[in-house]
Amino acid sequence: MAIKLCRIDDRLIHGQVVVGWGARLGLDFIAVVDDELSASEWEQDLYRAGLPENIEARFADVAEAIREISAWKANDERGFVLTRDIATMRRLAEAGALDGVEVNIGGIHAAAERQRVLPYLFLSPADGGELRRLGATGVEVTAQDVPGARKLDLDEILDLAQG
Amino acid sequence: MSSSEVQGILVSHGKMADGLLDAVREITGLTEGLVALDNLGLTPDDLEERLDHLTSDKPSVVFVDLPSGSCAFVARRLRARRANVAVVCGVNLPLLLDFVFHRNLPLDDIVARLRTHVGVSIEHTTDGDKTVPDR
Repeated sequence: MAIKLCRIDDRLIHGQVVVGWGARLGLDFIAVVDDELSASEWEQDLYRAGLPENIEARFADVAEAIREISAWKANDERGFVLTRDIATMRRLAEAGALDGVEVNIGGIHAAAERQRVLPYLFLSPADGGELRRLGATGVEVTAQDVPGARKLDLDEILDLAQG
Repeated sequence: MSSSEVQGILVSHGKMADGLLDAVREITGLTEGLVALDNLGLTPDDLEERLDHLTSDKPSVVFVDLPSGSCAFVARRLRARRANVAVVCGVNLPLLLDFVFHRNLPLDDIVARLRTHVGVSIEHTTDGDKTVPDR
């Protein structure tokens, strides 16, 4: 399988993804699944501008990603699927696009109604509900910001969120 | 700071920006026109809002650490709508030292200086002077 990891991170393409995980996993491409960003060429160019030459950025909306993901999995290239929020990843999972792939929560930051769960993870009650729906699809959900950090499973995350 | 002088804004992961500012102060005694921001605990939107405020009425060079990092992305977003902002990725001390002594130049001239006059020195033991006797 060539999809090495699926990650939820509100910063999308950034240092931890490109250097922390990208170098570790030997990535060839990062597939950003985001309905809004897939329609914005100039924002896509901003993200591409920061990538090293050996990593390609692909942008897709959810519907396109569901169509393409089996090809991404079958390809020899090593890839990383990235969404900025839980709901987008949950939509992929509910469509069966993430079977057999681990979903990593790598960064959801402070906002209104969100409480700190981990230094890199803040969740609102609605976020908690989305996480439960994501877990109910059967995919493995973990939280880990960088390789080498302790990995928490979904039950641990939800326990911490309930404080 | 003179209103015509260009300001420098250091944006980094962790505490690198503060550390670089401290090093500039240690070497030159100058930090006027330089501001350090780190991204700890900030969303990209928070960081962009702070940068937007800092650069609203001054020509600025935003120095960031990693070309693929969130700090660089935020700076590029800002530059896309601000003609008075330049973005320099891969900030290091020689770049900053050159900048603090040339802030009086127009923004375009500063960028040209940083692009062409300030190199990074990479040296290796085999490059050494063979006439120096071993100890």
